[in-house]
This record gives sequence, C-alpha cells and structure tokens, in this order.
Amino acid sequence: MKEQFTISIFTENKVGLLNRVTIIFTRRHINIESITASESEVLGIYRYTVVVNESRENVEKVVKQIEKQVDVFRAFYHTTDEIIHQEIALYKIATSSVQNGLGLEKIIRDHHARILSLEQDYIVIEKTGHKADTNELLEALQPFNVLEFVRSGRVAMMKQIDNFSDTLHELEKVHHLE
Amino acid sequence: MKEMLNHRAAVKDVSNEKESISTIEKISGAEAVVKCLLEEGVELVFGYPGGAIMPVYDALYNYQDNVKHILTRHEQGAIHAAQGFARATGKVGVCIATSGPGATNLVTGIADALIDSTPVVCITGQVASTLLGTDAFQETDVVGIVTPVTKWDIQITDANEIPEAFAKAFYIARSGRPGPVVIDITKDAQFQQIEFKYEVCTKIRSYFPKPKIDPTKVEEAAELINKSKKPFLIFGQGVILGQAESELKSFLEKSGIPSAWTLLGLSALPNEHPLNYGMLGMHGNLAPNKLTNECDVLIAVGMRFDDRVTGDVKTYAKQAKVIHIELDSAEINKIIKADVAIHSDAKEALALLTELVKHKEYAEWINQFKDLQKVEYDKIIKHELYPTENGLKMSEVVRIVSEKTKGEAIVVTDVGQHQMVAARYFDHKNTRSSITSGGLGTMGFCLPAAVGAKLGRPDKQVIAIIGDGGFQMTIQELGTILQTGVAVKVIILNNEYLGMVRQWQQLFFDKRYSQTEMINPDFIQIASGYGLDAQKVTKREELDSAIDKLLNAEAGYVLEVGVEKEDNVFPMIPTGASVSDIRLE
Repeated sequence: MKEQFTISIFTENKVGLLNRVTIIFTRRHINIESITASESEVLGIYRYTVVVNESRENVEKVVKQIEKQVDVFRAFYHTTDEIIHQEIALYKIATSSVQNGLGLEKIIRDHHARILSLEQDYIVIEKTGHKADTNELLEALQPFNVLEFVRSGRVAMMKQIDNFSDTLHELEKVHHLE
Repeated sequence: MKEMLNHRAAVKDVSNEKESISTIEKISGAEAVVKCLLEEGVELVFGYPGGAIMPVYDALYNYQDNVKHILTRHEQGAIHAAQGFARATGKVGVCIATSGPGATNLVTGIADALIDSTPVVCITGQVASTLLGTDAFQETDVVGIVTPVTKWDIQITDANEIPEAFAKAFYIARSGRPGPVVIDITKDAQFQQIEFKYEVCTKIRSYFPKPKIDPTKVEEAAELINKSKKPFLIFGQGVILGQAESELKSFLEKSGIPSAWTLLGLSALPNEHPLNYGMLGMHGNLAPNKLTNECDVLIAVGMRFDDRVTGDVKTYAKQAKVIHIELDSAEINKIIKADVAIHSDAKEALALLTELVKHKEYAEWINQFKDLQKVEYDKIIKHELYPTENGLKMSEVVRIVSEKTKGEAIVVTDVGQHQMVAARYFDHKNTRSSITSGGLGTMGFCLPAAVGAKLGRPDKQVIAIIGDGGFQMTIQELGTILQTGVAVKVIILNNEYLGMVRQWQQLFFDKRYSQTEMINPDFIQIASGYGLDAQKVTKREELDSAIDKLLNAEAGYVLEVGVEKEDNVFPMIPTGASVSDIRLE
C-alpha cells in the first residue's frame, strides 16, 4: 500500500550528489513529489528533504540504497504523522483587481498570510503552511485573478528530540574511532 | 561531532603549513596523476589516448619504467582489461580514456564493474573548465552519464584536488563492497602547476565500509543452524572479495553442511570439495536448485539473490529460515527477507559462526543431494562430457581443458551458452580462477578481460573461452595481444549462432530464429592477420591434440572449435519459474 513518506538525507555538500540521490528514485520509477536541499545545523553538512508516495517496503529499500552512497551520512524516512513539516507559497495578484467588497484584508487575516511586496501593478502575498492550507488560500484568492502561484518543497523535522549531531557522533564512535 | 570538526580544523592547519613551505617543486596536474598512481602501487594501466587526456599521456611517457601502459584497441577493451586484472589479482584495475566518446566507450564496463563489485579506477580527460557546458569538441557530461553506474565519481577543475581525489578514489574502489569510480579531469587542470603531496586515504567521514558485526545475530544464526536438520549454505563473490575462502571451507568442514555457489562465487571453494554441490540458478545443477526449496535453514553468504539465482521469488525457499551474511546492507531484505541478517563481511562472520556451530552428520540430507546429482549425471552430464556421436559439444571441450590444466588455469568467459557450460564443467582448484560478466551479462567482456587477467597473473595459464558472437564484439583486442605479446589462449566455441538467444527462441518462441544466425568470417585468417598462431577443429579425434597445441603455445593462440549448431544448455529454470521447476530437457 502506498502512503506518503518524508525522507531526510544528510550529506556532504558535493557537486552532483543530488543527482546521484534522485536517480535512486527514478530508476525504480518513483515520482518525487517534492524535494528541498539546505544546510543542516552541522557546519558543512547538508540535508535533503524528499517527499514520495510509495510503499513502506520500497521506501526502506530506497533509503538503504541512498545511505550506501559514499557522500551520504544517513537517511531517515517518516510517515507524515511522525514529522513537523511546512511549505511556503507565494501568490501574485494584480493591484487593479483589489476592489472594495472582495475583502482581501479579511482573507489575508483569516489565512494568517501576509503581504510580502506591494507594487503599483501587483501584490505578492506569502503564506506558510501545509499543502491544504496554501491550496485553500489559492482558492480564496481566485476572485482576484491570481497571476502567479508558486509553492516550495516540504521542509520537515522529526518529532523527536535527537538531533543529527548526536547521530553523527554515534556513527563516528562506532565506525571510525576503533 | 566536535572531534570531527576539530579534526577538520587540524587538517586545515596542516595544509596551511604546507603552503608556507616554498621549497616543494611544482609539477603539472598530469604528472600528479601519474604520481598518484605510483603512490597507490599501480604498475599497470590500460587505456587509449585522445585530445583531452594528452597531458596525462605526455606525463606517462616519462614514467614508462614505473607504470606500464597497455594500449587497447577500444576504450571498452581498456576497462574490461582493467576488470580482468582486478578480478584475477584482487588489486584495483586502472584505465584511462579521453573525453567525449572515449569516456562514453567506458560506460558498459563501468556498469559491469558496479554490478559485479569490481574495483576499478577510471581516469577520463575532460575539455578545459572554461568550455564545460558549451558543447565543446568531444565534450560530454561524463560524470552525469556515469553516476548511475559508479560507486563514486568526481570532476576535477583544480589540479590541487588531484592527490586527495585519487587517494579517496582508490580507497573507495577497494574498500567495503568494491566498485568502479570515475575521476574526470579538465585539460586545464592537467596543465596547472601544483605542489604535490600525497596522503593515502584510510577514512571518509560519511562512508562506513566495515560494519561492526552484531554478535547476537551470529548467536541467533548459530542457534538456527544447530537446530537444523537440513541446512544448506549458498555463497557468492562476497567470499572471494572478502578473502573468506578458508573461513568458508572451515565452516563447511566443521558443520558438515552442503553448499553451492552463484556464478560469481565459482572458484571460492574447489569444485572437488565433497561439500561443494555445484551451481545455483538458471543453468545451475539440479540438486542445489531443487533442494533450495527443501532445506530448513538457508545460509546465504556474500551474495545478492540475483533473479538468475532465485527464479520466482514468491516460491523461493519459503519453507526455510534464511540467514543472510552480507556486507552491503542495501542487499539485506532487498530480494529475499532474512530471518537473521548478519551485516558483516564474510570472513569475520564465518569465523565467528564456525566457533559456534556443532558438527553434525546430515547423512540423509546429503544423500538427497547425491541422488539428484546422479539423476543429473545420468540424464545430462555424462552425455555432455563424453559424447560419442554427432558434432562436438562445448562441454567436452571444457572438460578436456579442465583435465589438461588440472583445474589450475584461470578461465575467462563471455556471455551465453559457452559461459554456462564453462561454469558447469570446468573443475576449478583455486580462488579467483573464474572471471566472467555475471550481473550485466556483457558480450565482448571475455577477450579484453583475459588480457588483463594474464597481465595480472603471468604465472597462470589464462584461457579465454568465448562464443563466436561475443568474440566479434571486441575482436579488435587481438591487436592488444599482438602489441603486448600477452600469452592469452583463446578458444572460440563457434556454433554460428547467438546460441543462448537461439535456445530461448527454440524453447519459448516456436523456433522463430530471429536474427540469431551468424555468417562469420574466417577467424583463423583474422588471427593470422594479428600474428597469432591459430587452428580450427571440427572433429572429435582432432580435439585433444589441438588443445595440447593451444596449451603448449608460448605466445597467444587461437583455437576455433566448430561445435554442434543447435545444442542447448540444460538443466534450465525458465524465466519466472520456481527453482523447483528446473527442467532437465
């Protein structure tokens, strides 16, 4: 049975590594729903956050094949209820479409969104939240004629206290200090 | 982590110190490449020059006494030769190619080396860094192309990175589960002047090639084995790669457990060993295939349950508890779920297990193997080895070579019927004496791999057993034999067909022989053109003396044997069938 998994991959910062990781999904014909890459809390170590819809069994296998890569420290997979996650979305609407009566202010307030940029021609609104939340706002903004919409990939953290530094420390102890 | 950070800081300090020493002589990046090879103890490389790698070739010119370069006739030949060298010696094979087509010609060999866990370092030239991404002459995104088929790769645009990249490359290629790495170096980096300092790599902070064995798993495994009435051990190349041949033998002899091998595990245990019951898989032996589905404990060592071994996984060893000893954790539970998984190299795990297992007699169980062995012998093997009528059989050729070399030769094979026949009927005495393209099934592998194997093991008789199809895929490597004088003995088993595909067409496609018949050239004339002595035989009475002549030749030799055209390899497990449904005809 397929379900949504969020995979966190801790890596060296190396040219070509993202490609090396993504082909592990593509060779199994697994579609990547979203992907982000950023620095982690440990200097020089990066983390990729990958979201896929796939069976647990296949995700387990993929994660082991990812961990096998020389420049990957560790990879973890979690179901959506095991993580805290967020996405960011931007909406561009024409300034001219903002008329009295459509209630833009209320929409922004109700959705906990904010205006990021106010120009003569257009307004850019920002909202962070889960996909459902940013979708809802997109729906609500339809009367304003949305000129552009973009949503980031998911970023996620595990609902547990351990941080990756401890994991790294443990790896170092087990594998390299003998 | 703090220690790691400190360690990194310390490394940085050292490099600063190094920079302050102005007395170190500067050398080109290209010369640094050659010096790296010397630092790693490389004495032999295979390659083919071209524009973007010319500085390295120029540097090699000065080091001809230290590093011998073998000029192959195609880059695919260079990498297969490096693979053959690596497989025969256990050392890292090295090959060099230029950018663009030179590098892409390596790809098949790289994929082959990955799937068959062969340590190879490939050095490719690349266009100047200013031209990267511009569709320059002979530019191709080599790293992008090879990433799916390498263990690791790197592109170098700054020559200062060369020493560290090479140190890492060799360490990665040979450690853990070995595999191919690619170092792509831009031409300007090859010209760039640097201060050369080499430090051998012994660890990479994100890479854990030697897992810490979990002793409780070993105990669990021993408990299962000691309670078992019908245990069966199957092994793969992990035994050879982990140098665990003697541990395997000790384990089997102490426990009394029968064993069988995958195609790549062949030669890890002498064929004549009483607990060696032969080959697993599609064209393997009857007993080990059938009894995989009757054993109560299946101990898999250093292998990955390839589909050619398992047949239908839904019916594979369902009755058995599976113990899987494997170094690569991604292989554990990938195909067959392990009841006890020991994440470890074969050597350590087998040594620990041997201490814990009890010696038992499995007389009844062993008799099941022997009975099936007899069935297979009467129905197939004796007719294969000692035919008296019709045309020559591949099997009798292999038998005679095996007998005459007393199983001491290194046998290199290609892909297809002859490969299966050689694996079935050559009685190997020594480890690393069977070299073949297993996982990828690369036709054209044999001839160049045999060149590499012979150069790696000049003390050994190296026999290339090859089909007429595969021979023509890399036939130009006869030129490498001519130029180097390497004494490879080639036996072409010529049935004028792509025999294995024809066999499948006969059995599963109503004998519709679509594009499998071959009109072949005169191989003897071709061999002569390359300055090699050659002979063709088609009659049984000529075979024995022809093989003597081949074996006694001082130099390279080609023996073409015209064999029965429409012969089939049996037993056979049809694709998707269960190992218990192995067919004898």
